[in-house]
Amino acid sequence: METLYLIFIDPFVQMVVEPAFLVEVLIGGLMSGVMYSLVALGFVLIFKASGIFNFAQGIFVLFAALNFVGLMDLGVHPILAFLITVGIMTVLAFAVDRLVLRPLVNQDPIILFMATIGIAFFLEGFGESIWGGDVRPVRVGIPDAALFWEAGFGEILVQSSDLFAGVIAAFLVTVLALFFHFTPVGRALRAVADDHQAALSVGIPLNNIWVIVWAVAGFVALVAGIMWGAKLGVQFALSTIALKALPVLILGGFTSIPGAIIGGLIVGAGEKLFENYWGVPLLEGATEEWFAYIVAMIFLFFRPQGLFGEKIIERV
Amino acid sequence: MNRPEHILLSVKDISLRFGGVRALTDVSFDIREGEIFAIIGPNGAGKSSMLNCINGFYHPQEGTITFKGEERRQMRPHEAAAQGISRTFQNIALFKGMTTLENVMTGRMLKMQASFVEQALYIGRGKREEIAHREKVEEVIDFLEIQSIRKTPVGRLPYGLQKRVELARALAAEPELLLLDEPMAGMNVEEKEDMCRFVLSTNHELGTTIALIEHDMGVVMDLSDRVVVLDYGRKLAEGTPDEIRGNQDVIDAYLGVSHD
Ligand SMILES: Nc1ncnc2c1ncn2[C@@H]1O[C@H](COP(=O)(O)OP(=O)(O)OP(=O)(O)O)[C@@H](O)[C@H]1O
Ligand SMILES: [Mg+2]
Repeated sequence: METLYLIFIDPFVQMVVEPAFLVEVLIGGLMSGVMYSLVALGFVLIFKASGIFNFAQGIFVLFAALNFVGLMDLGVHPILAFLITVGIMTVLAFAVDRLVLRPLVNQDPIILFMATIGIAFFLEGFGESIWGGDVRPVRVGIPDAALFWEAGFGEILVQSSDLFAGVIAAFLVTVLALFFHFTPVGRALRAVADDHQAALSVGIPLNNIWVIVWAVAGFVALVAGIMWGAKLGVQFALSTIALKALPVLILGGFTSIPGAIIGGLIVGAGEKLFENYWGVPLLEGATEEWFAYIVAMIFLFFRPQGLFGEKIIERV
Repeated sequence: MNRPEHILLSVKDISLRFGGVRALTDVSFDIREGEIFAIIGPNGAGKSSMLNCINGFYHPQEGTITFKGEERRQMRPHEAAAQGISRTFQNIALFKGMTTLENVMTGRMLKMQASFVEQALYIGRGKREEIAHREKVEEVIDFLEIQSIRKTPVGRLPYGLQKRVELARALAAEPELLLLDEPMAGMNVEEKEDMCRFVLSTNHELGTTIALIEHDMGVVMDLSDRVVVLDYGRKLAEGTPDEIRGNQDVIDAYLGVSHD
């Protein structure tokens, strides 16, 4: 009885009794959710355009962040460091296309997937040998102060860096949405994602498109890397946190950009809620590490295409 | 000019195999400028494969394809599109997530001269071009009478209209050669009549040369100037609709048996 009460009744009582704490937990969760969304977004972009599951996306986040902090430590102005890193990620996209994807074109998806694992390990080692393996703090002047916000039902504590990250992420997503919907290149990208044959028939050169997609994914990775680095410092553990994108993708669907964003927010908020209301009282905490994967597995049973993804139908 | 009798496209001794399957064997024919040329034949005869060779989706093992006087072994899709070959598909291949207008705009892709960066950032030449292309696209949309569905996502359109949007996308490229793979398949009588009308006015008013695959014999006889008949990947006959109608081989192989 006692346990049932703690599982089904008490958490909700707590939420109602102390709404300010609930809001704080939710905000914290949504903020880490934004990070998951950004990583998942990079996955979805590449998967939609080329059908490749890019295992290296997480490393992209780390690699971009490493370059960015590395340049800043050399005394480069943050804005310049940002631009140079965008350049590096674009060159990386080119290199991946020429050296890995083109030679493997028309191979099985599993082969391409293995190739991206290779890219991941290469970048991890390469990044470490250039910039070293230390944890590096990111100081881009993101303000980190505790803000108190007087809501009707109590006082809410918000980290200003969290708010900042949320605003940047929302801005990025808006820019990407505008780019996809209102520019010819964006339209070409969506065309390729929709139907390869039709895209070829109107003369869209698939190869160029792939380079652009990988570069955009690199750009998204950089933004995610900076946000994350500002919170946790740039360290190699970033690449494992980035793996949280996997349950996010299962939740949101591998082919849906809104799915990636909403899936990230759900996972972020969900794991914080679970941790605070169920994990700590019942399981001695540390549930954040696995909660998302359990949810993803349950999802796989009932809705394998994700919330927004298309049903995956084997072609015959 | 090395184009005898104004031949726009000439395929010569094309053979295409998929492993052990011989999809096409030694097929040759010419398509003349300004005509409507029909490719007919029973299911699996190799009609779609032929179109796929012409626009570069398939690469025949033997033979040559001469388009606008330039001979080559095989086309590449991007090249074919750039040279002025547009097409529609047997199984509709639209960009499902986009509106009618956006789908038709993709047909202008190759006509855009601005650099990728200008296009991506939507500045300078990129923006001016977009506006000019919009005008052309609106013309095509008026021509095919699909104004009312301009903003509708194509995935929601009924089948017949989707086929028409596909034609619009192909026409937006202002092709010299238009390849239509069963443009009327699966349509009701009224939709078929509309589509026939659009095919004819494309040919007459825009002067576009058309190669068309169609199973409906009535439609083929009405529309086409000349017909080629394929059977088991080989050319069985070629001629005017009247000649084909009277050809005993064709009657035996094709007209005699019922389809679909
Ligand atoms: N991509 C492919 N891989 C393997 N075999 C193929 C491929 N495309 C076509 N074929 C084979 O080539 C032959 C001709 O097919 P094609 O699609 O050209 O016929 P079709 O005349 O268009 O028939 P339908 O009227 O049914 O559309 C068939 O035996 C088909 O199975
Ligand atoms: Mg066919």
